Amino acid sequence: MTRIALQLNGVRRSLDVEPRELLLDVLRERIGLTGAKRSCDVQVCGTCTVLVDGQPVSSCTYLAVEADGREVTTIEGFREDPAFERIAGAFTRHAATQCGFCTPAMVLTVHALLRDGELTDEGSIRDGLAGNLCRCTGYRGILDAVAELASEGTGG
Amino acid sequence: MTIRTPERIVGEGAQVGRSMPRVDAGEKLRGEARYVGDMSVPGMLHGKVLRSPFPHARIISIDVSAALALPGVVAVLTGEDTLDIDPYWGHAIKDRPIVAIGEVRFVGEPVAAVAAEDEATAEAALAEIVVEYEELPVVGTLDDALAADAPLVHDGPIRPGLFHGLGTLPDRDGNICYRYGFERGSVDEVFEQAEIVVEGEYTFPGVYQYAMETHSVIAQWEGGEVTLWATCQHPFLVRAEIAALFDLPLGRVRIIVPYLGGGFGSKSYTKMEPITVALARKAGRPVRIVNRVDESMVTTRRHGAKTWMRTAADRSGRLLAREARVWFDTGAYADNGPRVTATGADSAPGPYRWSGVRVEASCVHTHTAPSGSYRAFGASHVQWAGELQVDEVARRAGIDPVEIRRLNLLTPGEQVRPGGKPLDADLIGDIRKVADALGWDEPREPGIGRGISVGLLAAGAHPVSSAIVRLEADGEAIVLVGSTEMGQGQRTAFAQIAAEVLAMPAERIRCQGTDTRFTPYDRSTGASRSTTLAGLAVQRAAAEVRADLMEIAGKVWPDAGDAVELRDGAAWWKGERRSYPELIARRFGLSGGQLIGEGGVHPEGTGSYAEGPVFWEVCIGAAEVHVDRETGVVSVRRTATVADVGTAINPLLVERQDEGATMQGIGNALLEEMVYREGMLLNDSLLDYRIPTIEDLPPEQVCVIVENADGPGPFGAKGCGEGAFAGIIAAIATAVADAGVRVDELPLTPERVWRSSQGQPKEDAKG
Ligand code: FES
Ligand code: FES
Repeated sequence: MTRIALQLNGVRRSLDVEPRELLLDVLRERIGLTGAKRSCDVQVCGTCTVLVDGQPVSSCTYLAVEADGREVTTIEGFREDPAFERIAGAFTRHAATQCGFCTPAMVLTVHALLRDGELTDEGSIRDGLAGNLCRCTGYRGILDAVAELASEGTGG
Repeated sequence: MTIRTPERIVGEGAQVGRSMPRVDAGEKLRGEARYVGDMSVPGMLHGKVLRSPFPHARIISIDVSAALALPGVVAVLTGEDTLDIDPYWGHAIKDRPIVAIGEVRFVGEPVAAVAAEDEATAEAALAEIVVEYEELPVVGTLDDALAADAPLVHDGPIRPGLFHGLGTLPDRDGNICYRYGFERGSVDEVFEQAEIVVEGEYTFPGVYQYAMETHSVIAQWEGGEVTLWATCQHPFLVRAEIAALFDLPLGRVRIIVPYLGGGFGSKSYTKMEPITVALARKAGRPVRIVNRVDESMVTTRRHGAKTWMRTAADRSGRLLAREARVWFDTGAYADNGPRVTATGADSAPGPYRWSGVRVEASCVHTHTAPSGSYRAFGASHVQWAGELQVDEVARRAGIDPVEIRRLNLLTPGEQVRPGGKPLDADLIGDIRKVADALGWDEPREPGIGRGISVGLLAAGAHPVSSAIVRLEADGEAIVLVGSTEMGQGQRTAFAQIAAEVLAMPAERIRCQGTDTRFTPYDRSTGASRSTTLAGLAVQRAAAEVRADLMEIAGKVWPDAGDAVELRDGAAWWKGERRSYPELIARRFGLSGGQLIGEGGVHPEGTGSYAEGPVFWEVCIGAAEVHVDRETGVVSVRRTATVADVGTAINPLLVERQDEGATMQGIGNALLEEMVYREGMLLNDSLLDYRIPTIEDLPPEQVCVIVENADGPGPFGAKGCGEGAFAGIIAAIATAVADAGVRVDELPLTPERVWRSSQGQPKEDAKG
């Protein structure tokens, strides 16, 4: 067991983790934050995405010990951020969620990329979101929603 | 982009026909929507399954002692623990043990299961279970299975399951577990005399549905009752199978279905529920099993299929006869194979006017993972083959692909199959619309191919659904319906349907998941049936509440008669208004009470498969592709689909359904294939099994919504979301053929396309 300390959704937490324990398991099973989902386990689908120091990472392949001293944001934290409402509004208007399994990860990824000015046109949206699979929507609604957000600038 | 024709039909409340936001969007965006894997119950253990490493083997012995000795392990389940009951299940054919008994028939078949205090311990315990196998000969492919001296995957008699719905099941014939076929008119004679005959063999791969949420179940035995939280598309059918397996009354099996992270057929019928229930029974505590992706891949998949087909026509392009033989690879256990086989056979002729048709479809066992339902099953497997042949006839007759279809398509009211429902859609209108949407007549650049396709899918499954609508004292309503929200948006659609009838905003109506203890019976969620059938039940239930409201209003205004109007959550007469809460209070005296309405749908005749379907789902698609002959890469530049939905309850959600289906169609046509070699699945991870990403989204996509109010559902609606899938697969295949490449095997990978366009022989058949 190793003791780690992290800033989780704005709250300082310390906990003991096994060296091999994955951040996704710690979040879901130990802390009960289930917004990050598990699907492929191999860093392809992106549905386990959380923000570590603001950057999207696949928590299914990210060791919990690596999060020591860092800031981790999950959808449960981000939904309290003013930037959330803007993204959620666009996703809702464009019906960019169906089953919702990919959605929290999609929202976090879009937020990070928008904030960093990486979503400017359709090409950059396609590039930026290529690591987030969605089996339901066929991506059109997501593209429309994100294009609208991008055209409005970084906003929040 | 949507083109909508004609003006839609809406009622006074205008709740139906508006693209209101999904009622579940907020919960899903906020990460509050719960899926089974997010849930736990007090005292819950974690289950893991030990799966067979061999496609076919005898189990000589299983030693679980070392696993049981691990601290934290509570129970280990093997086949022996299930011998006190009849441990075989399967809704179509009861051929599948809860855990292997004496023999394994595919790589991934459950051999044992462990329940432990945490997942890591359960996982570690699997490694401690010692199983001794004796390998047996493997039937890896359809060809192996159909060979004269093929080893048999099963040899006992067919034991029909509870829900095959296909009349009397025939006996086994070697590895063939089910056959369905028909012959009409004069076939041989027509072929002998025909001026044009096109013939070919076509291969469709096994495909993984990939609902992003894997199969997940929590099972709990308590007080002589089993409660399941499970990823079920068909909770009531699973309830019946679990009750039968464990010898419990129906009322003592309770199934709770929260949100599903996608289904697409992969969560239809029974899947991981029996093993989880058996493990919980053994452990004496609740157990949760959440599959990994590689486990869900071998839990069910889409059938691979082989089709031989020929089509006869005259010189003018009039279609005369079609003959097809189709073999579906159902894997080691039947799963939904028989129904897929029958549906595929029904789709094989295509929606054309024939003088003669002969179709024979077989459901064949191999030592691979069981195959079941996946969006537009049957139609997806055969439509592309038939449509390639129609195009070839057109080419030889010197007429345009749109024109040949216009000439030969069935018109509304014509018979699709004897005894069944006549055609209930305007296909000629639809095909013209999709052609225009694609820009069919625009000049084409070199390397570009365009394809168009049309087909029919027997939709609706079995027409049994029911619903309850409750109008609460505060004027909010609750809809109880046993249909599963797996992303398609049915909770939103049901709210809109009830709202239209009750003349109140859909935002004030709640519709939540199934709990078989409280929600009334619904046969299943699939076959595009929810809006049509469960929706009709909701409409009827709401109508009862409406009648109640009118009755109370009649007491408020005894002279009003029929002149009372319901609008915006209130009754109106001569400028006077009584809100629903006021009306409810009037009936019940003090505040409190609720108005309850019940609605149901059941078959008019016997409900047999032959009398169906509930409606014919139109499978239309069009695609423009670019084929790079140097690299073999096919890129889809534009797609068009028709959602022939009768009435669009929520047009935006209809459009999104077609877009989702389009993308899965692109995946099936160009990318996806489960590669098996001698019974071993070679690409059992998403690293190797690629599904479309946002980068594969075509630059242009059009969905045409057609509303002729000709569906059997509420307000003339009929289901959608599957047709486009079969339509797009076939459209891409015909488009690639149009670009000059021979197409007879999917997916159209760069290697396959390159070989074919260079005139190279095909790669070796997969072993
Ligand atoms: S589960 Fe982490 S990327 Fe798929
Ligand atoms: S909405 Fe279902 S996977 Fe994206």
